Amino acid sequence: MNDERRGQPLIDAVAGDEAPDSARRRLLKMAGAAVALTLAPGVTVLARDLVLKGGRKARSPVRYGLLIDANACKTGCDACVRACQDYNGLSHDPGPDNAQWIRKVTITDPGTGFTRSFPVMCQHCEDGACVDVCPTGASFRRPDGIVLVDKHRCIGCRYCLMACPYKARSFVGRVVTDQRPWAPRGKGTAEGCTMCVERVMAGKQPACVAACQKAGHKAMMFGNLHDPKSAIAVRLSKVATTTIRADLGMGPGVHYRGI
Amino acid sequence: MTKVAYREIAGQSAGYWAAVVACALMAAVGVGSAFYMRAEGHHVTGMNNQIVWGMPHVFAVFLIVAASGALNVASIASVFGRSLYKPLARLSGLLAIALLIGGLWNLVLDLGRPGHILAAVLYPNFRSIFAWNIYLYTGFLVIVGFYLWFMMERRLNPHTHKVGVLAFLWRLVLTTGTGSIFGFLAARSAYDSAVLAPLFILTSFALGLAIFALVLVAGFETLGRPVGARLLARLRQLLAVFVAAVLYFVAVYHLTNIYMAGHRGIESFVLLNGGIYTGLFWLGQVGIGGAVPLVLLLRRVPRDDTTRLRRSLLAGAAAVVAGGLCQFYVLIIGGQAYPLKMFPGMVVRSSFYDGVVHSYIPRWPETVLALSGVAVAALIVLIGVRLLPFLPEGLADEVVSAHGARPPAAEAETAKTAVGA
Repeated sequence: MNDERRGQPLIDAVAGDEAPDSARRRLLKMAGAAVALTLAPGVTVLARDLVLKGGRKARSPVRYGLLIDANACKTGCDACVRACQDYNGLSHDPGPDNAQWIRKVTITDPGTGFTRSFPVMCQHCEDGACVDVCPTGASFRRPDGIVLVDKHRCIGCRYCLMACPYKARSFVGRVVTDQRPWAPRGKGTAEGCTMCVERVMAGKQPACVAACQKAGHKAMMFGNLHDPKSAIAVRLSKVATTTIRADLGMGPGVHYRGI
Repeated sequence: MTKVAYREIAGQSAGYWAAVVACALMAAVGVGSAFYMRAEGHHVTGMNNQIVWGMPHVFAVFLIVAASGALNVASIASVFGRSLYKPLARLSGLLAIALLIGGLWNLVLDLGRPGHILAAVLYPNFRSIFAWNIYLYTGFLVIVGFYLWFMMERRLNPHTHKVGVLAFLWRLVLTTGTGSIFGFLAARSAYDSAVLAPLFILTSFALGLAIFALVLVAGFETLGRPVGARLLARLRQLLAVFVAAVLYFVAVYHLTNIYMAGHRGIESFVLLNGGIYTGLFWLGQVGIGGAVPLVLLLRRVPRDDTTRLRRSLLAGAAAVVAGGLCQFYVLIIGGQAYPLKMFPGMVVRSSFYDGVVHSYIPRWPETVLALSGVAVAALIVLIGVRLLPFLPEGLADEVVSAHGARPPAAEAETAKTAVGA
């Protein structure tokens, strides 16, 4: 731009150039409008969440969770995994594209040789990455803390599989057979541990916990983390436990002892 | 002053129709592949519960990032007032739309349930950057559509600047959003970095301009329309600057990761011992996508040697495109191949492939789907330039020089009268 062109109302019909001051003002105005337009929907939704729901951290009277004692979990035992597969109609074949709602993980400290083996499943986080990243809200957390996938809303984008730090989500990449009425699955959708929600609603324990107790190991405990009188809450108040990747701040509902 | 004349291409030649049919066939094969994947499940692809996103996503992200970059040429003209680029603005807008649709084509057809895509519109979760991107992408298509209309409709020409600014800002947010798809994944060592957003923006500058240059120069050569040395030299120079900027951000991304002890594992994987990913990073991304184009584009060529300018621009741009594909392959596939760090410092084993580097071998269903996105983008460009006057009749030096020169006052008056009438 040059001085000769200042003040000319219209300069070049094809070029559509403008005087620099006016161009700058317009640029700023448009910048403001674009930023406002982009941010407005998100800010509104966040504000609604925070104001109308009284903040996300409001304590629900019920939060189901698990305590897994790695010291009591027996290496080589996979009763919990088998029970989950049988109860929920999952394949026993650990192929790379088969779902594994729960798996036994063995960790070894290369320096000391310390080894532990214990089950890992969906950690039913308070602020789960899977819930945050899901574009349709199919991945959701119930008020009682159980994290589920709404099969009707899931579009199969697999962003939750990318985001979960626990590798707890699986994608159904095959035609599913032998489905259980209480554990509906869908080809092309994401899925994960449901904490056997229908058993829990019926006052029972998740299948994995029941199997562990039946096997006599008592390495898994289930209950309401928010009820100070529940066995799990009492136990958590007495022994040192941790959660996996606590540094991520997602607030897992599955606690571990001995790792 | 010389006004730039735009004209549709005749589109009668056998070559044109062969290209259209080839692209349409490829697109149809992509649709067929999507149906096959939907019917059989994704187990027919190389993707699984370890490598969750594969070839379609590499190409989708590549095309979407390139789309926002392709619009830069128009932005340089409308927003930053560089008249030299003004005759190229229409093609820039068309390419942006075509590349974005090609990328979305890949993304949507790869979904587990593409038929349910409306759920993303009906039940958006605004905590998800994916949900935001759906609006950013559709908004981009609408805004660039208006932008093209304002450029082509003479009465609206004086307002092109405003729409251009909006489109430019929108594309910056869009690429930030695309980079954030990965940048927000705190769980994965390769992605947990805010540098990814600016890196994606710079990559879009380079990729978009490279694809634009390839289409422009190769297309004009086929059509027999001239491209002058001045424009070629300018595009060469600009592309070199963008390539250097991408390399800078790649260096920042890796150096910051190396500095953080927790991320050194992924860095040694990508930079030293990641097998194919290390090879693709050094040879593909840095070598072919960075060093080669810099040498080709910065080498001194006489200002009037159109042939050499054209050749070096084409070769440099092709290298940038190849390097860009390697870059996204390393980031997307390599980032997933490296195991999740659930228990830092521990050796981890499980039946679910914890603690091991995952392998990915693309199979034909997802590979043809990935390529079909490119075919769709090409098809849109081929049909677009035949139906509407996107391409200038010529870009010889005298045309662009005259167009870029300051108009004398008398001519400005004439222009004003013309618009007023």
